[in-house]
This record gives sequence, C-alpha cells and structure tokens, in this order.
Amino acid sequence: MAVAPTRSRKSPRRQKLEAAVNYPLDWLEERSGLIGAVRYFLFRKVPGDTNWFHTLGSATLTAFLVQALTGAILAMYYQPHPATAYQSINHITNDVTLGWLVRGMHKWGASVFIILMFFHMARVFLFGAYKYPRELNWIVGVMLLAVGMLEGFTGYLLPWDQTAYWATVVGINLNGTAPILGPFLADFLRGGAEIGNDTLSRFYSLHMLLIPGLIFALIGLHLYLVVRLGVSSPPWSREAAGGGDYPAAPPSTNGRSGLTQPTARSGWRRNGGES
Amino acid sequence: MTEPQHEDRPHLPGPSLYPIGFAAGVACILVGLIVNPTLIAPIGAAIAIVFGFLWARDATMDYRREPEPIEPERREAPLTAPPIPADRGEAAMPAPEPGERFPRSRFLEASTLGLGAVIGGLVTVPVVGFMVVPAFKGQGYPDVDLGPLDNFPEGKWLITTFYMHPEAGNVSRRTAYIRNNGQLNGEPSFTIISNRCAHLGCPVQPNGPVQPGDKKQVTPGEKGQKVTLVPTIPAGGFGCPCHGGQYDPEGNRTAGPPVRALDRYQYAVVNGHLVLGKPFSVAHVDGEGKNAKIHAYKLAGPGQHIDGWEQILYPIQPPH
Repeated sequence: MAVAPTRSRKSPRRQKLEAAVNYPLDWLEERSGLIGAVRYFLFRKVPGDTNWFHTLGSATLTAFLVQALTGAILAMYYQPHPATAYQSINHITNDVTLGWLVRGMHKWGASVFIILMFFHMARVFLFGAYKYPRELNWIVGVMLLAVGMLEGFTGYLLPWDQTAYWATVVGINLNGTAPILGPFLADFLRGGAEIGNDTLSRFYSLHMLLIPGLIFALIGLHLYLVVRLGVSSPPWSREAAGGGDYPAAPPSTNGRSGLTQPTARSGWRRNGGES
Repeated sequence: MTEPQHEDRPHLPGPSLYPIGFAAGVACILVGLIVNPTLIAPIGAAIAIVFGFLWARDATMDYRREPEPIEPERREAPLTAPPIPADRGEAAMPAPEPGERFPRSRFLEASTLGLGAVIGGLVTVPVVGFMVVPAFKGQGYPDVDLGPLDNFPEGKWLITTFYMHPEAGNVSRRTAYIRNNGQLNGEPSFTIISNRCAHLGCPVQPNGPVQPGDKKQVTPGEKGQKVTLVPTIPAGGFGCPCHGGQYDPEGNRTAGPPVRALDRYQYAVVNGHLVLGKPFSVAHVDGEGKNAKIHAYKLAGPGQHIDGWEQILYPIQPPH
C-alpha cells in the first residue's frame, strides 16, 4: 500500500493530505495486514449480473447485528429473576428514555431476522447456489437457521408474562416428545422437572451468551466460505450471455476467477491443468 | 571493549537518611490528622515534602548527570570460513535411527496434543457437568398438605391451588381438580386430577360453572403455604385453551390432540388432613368415582405415550 511516486497532476497540497491519510493506514497494514484483508473482502470480484436478491444475506447479517446491539443494551436494564423480570420489562418500556424504541427494535427485529433468513434461504435455493462447491455453506446456513430459531425460543420467555410462560411450557414439552432422549432434553431445558426460578436465568444465559457466541462463530465460517468460493451467478446468466447447452463454449474469464464465472461450470480446473 | 572507568564506584546509591525523614513526615501527617489536623498535619506535610524532594534529588543524581560516551560495539565478520548452506552441515535435529518407529519429534507432537486434551478436558468436564447435572439431581415432588378433610364435601369438585415449593414463590403454583368420592371400604376416596394437559402441558379448565364466590383459603402445614379451594361443576369435563384437547370428568381424553388421559396425584390422609403425594400418568380410566379402575403409569411428560406401541419411543424417563 505504499504510495508510489508517480507523475500525477495532483497538487502538492493534495499529495500532502493523501500522505497524511495514508501514513496511519500504511502503519497498520505493515504491522497487521488488516487493510489488505479488508480491501480483499470489500473489493473482491463478484459476477457482473448479481442483483438485489444477492443482498438478502447482508440484510440478514445487519438484522443480527441490530439484535446483538439492542440486546446488549437491553441487558443493562433487564433483571432475569422471576420476581423482577416482568417489572423490569415494564420499566424499560414505560420509564427508561427511549426504552420503548430499543425494546421494540429488539422485539420486531427478531421477527425481521428470522424472516430475512428464510428469504435468503429461498434465494439460495431457487438460484441453485447451494450446489457444488457450496454445499458446506448451505449446511452452515441451516445450522445458523436452527440456532437463530433457538435464539427466538429462548428470548420469548424473558418478558415472563403469561404468553411467555405458557409458550415456553408448550415449547419445552414439544421438545420433550422427541423419541428416546426427548424427556431428558426437556429436563435439561427447564433445568429440572418443572419450570422454576432456574429456568429463566438458564434461558437468559443461553439467549444472550451461549447462542449469540455460536451465531457469531457460524457467521464467521459462513462469510469465510462465501469469500473463498465466491458469489454464484443467477441461473439465467448463461442464457443472458448467449450460452447454449451444457458443455458450453469456453468461458471468457474477464479477469474473474473460475468459481465466480457464470459459465465456468464445465471449465473448472481440477488439477491446475488446462480448462 | 574498553574498561569501565569507575570500577571502584559502587553501582547502587549509597545509604541515605532521606527516606527515613520522608517516612517520619508521613507518619506525622497521619498522627496529625487524628490529633490536630490544623497544626501537626501541615508540619508533617512540610517535612514529607522537603525530605521527599531531597530523596528524589538524591536518587536521580545518576540520571541527571551528563551521559558517559559509550563506544559502539563492533563485530567483525570472520574472514575465513564461508557460511554453511542450510542443506549441508550438521542437521539441527538428528535424523531418526533406521528402524526407529517413534522419533522424538512425533513423541513431542503427540504429548503436546495429549496434554492439551487433558487440560481442556479438566476444564470442560466440570463446567458441562455443572450445566447439565443439576437439572437431573434432587428432582422430585414433595408432599403437600391441603388442609382438613372437612373442606372437601362429598361429591363436590374443588379447584385446588397450592404451592409445590413455597420457597420458590409463584412459579411453583399448581392446580388440581379434587373430588371427594366418599368412603370406600371404610377409607376416604378422592379423585385428584392434575390440570396439566396431556398434550403439551397447558392448564386445562373445567367445562362448567366456577363458583369463585364460595372461595375458601386455608394455610395448613408448617411453611404457611396457601391453599385455595374454589368449587366448580365440570359437567362437561375439562378442556384445554391452548390446542383444544377435551377430557371427560374422569380425565379420559374425549377429543383433540392429547395422547392419554390427564395425570393424577397420589394422596394420603394424615391426621385428618388431605396430603398430596407424587403425580403419576394415566393411560385411561374405566368406570368413575371411587369405583374407577385407573390404568396408572410412571409420570411421563405431556405428549409422551405411555401405552400402545408408541410407548417404545419413550423407554427411559429422567429420575423424578
């Protein structure tokens, strides 16, 4: 990232300014490589015909980050004890400045997160983007869906009102009807044979520590695979590019890697040999 | 290397009385704060400041002096032998003996991994145990004193609300539907049906009038736990508000998603009081009242089959 001395028409003042901006970036890059990594992530090649449907994944990520942020701040006012949980939620909603807004963001954002996950999943399914070599990323995505739903289940109990309580009773008993290990799963979730004081703090811990950590780790893996394998093209790419039946004409690379090429299916290099 | 010029000078600063003076000043402040804050404490502060300044000046004398010039260290490159290329010369680690199956490097590798696994296990196992085991340990249903038998008139249903664990508060509040069936072979007979729906555990409600005006509250037992009795006439049996499961007055499923009849409680009569025992699950009930034949099983969670071929899905239950 060193600034190469080129003959440019930039004024000396602008050059100075650029140097001043670049110096700390260069300093960081030299010691960590982070700038290069971020550039690699942000400016990587994607197919030319990606469209708005491809933004559903980042929308889901944004929804999750909103949940993480609002949840962390709600935790500053929420008290996970049966005697005080409901009152503290009332306090957040009615007394704390902007509490109604942040709680609303967290409550409605939870539904938005789940809905966006399904939209994103539908996009990947309908575009056939789960196929080789991206099967593993589909699997990671399904894990994210599962833990995302678990996040919704554990969060639903926290207001500790009648809806929350009975919905959790039903949800836990539903898990209890799983064959063989179901009864044990239900006892594990309840922290005992019956819902009690430990159940609430147990769900709170799962909801705001264990599961979010798992989600962050899985999102990291998900994004790593996205960057490594590249974004897939929409299914109509080949036709739009004038391609024919399956063994297509040799792909033009346009400077893209094979994996991001819409028509590169038949042309993947298997052992670094010819395409 | 040149010889150091001040070989005879001691490297540590010589003994000094200034710290003692400083300490005396601080002690004087502390004493003064108690004895006379306006006079003695300031004197102590002055002493501490003066001696502190002298001490600091004395201690930093070496640093404030002109730095002595130090000749840069030089290392002449040896002119004789050329450097040995990496692929020749003596190896950093001796090659394994011919026929040696387990070289040192492999041993170190395995022991590093093994030790890591042992340390990881030592940390993880107790933590996971702490998370899982308490949910299965010491779980049970204590006996609950529901008060004198006189409160349960013969042939009448009572919505009986009590606290399973009074110390845990409202979260342990449970409800049972209790009917006194009169005497059977000289012993009082009761029908005690749990309100936990056999579908997914919602509270079933009586299908018939409830008479909250005739509510009765008693506080039997040593812990002072409240027991509330509200008369009802569940002529249409019981129904669940969540998913519509329906039961007849004996708790048999008549419609909807439940997989078996309503659970019941064991009971005993102790010193004229009705005492609730452990709950148990019921497949179905033949007959009614004191002549009912109850097909009883060990307590199972809601939605779990206890008879028929489906019972093979739930072979073991956690200890309750």
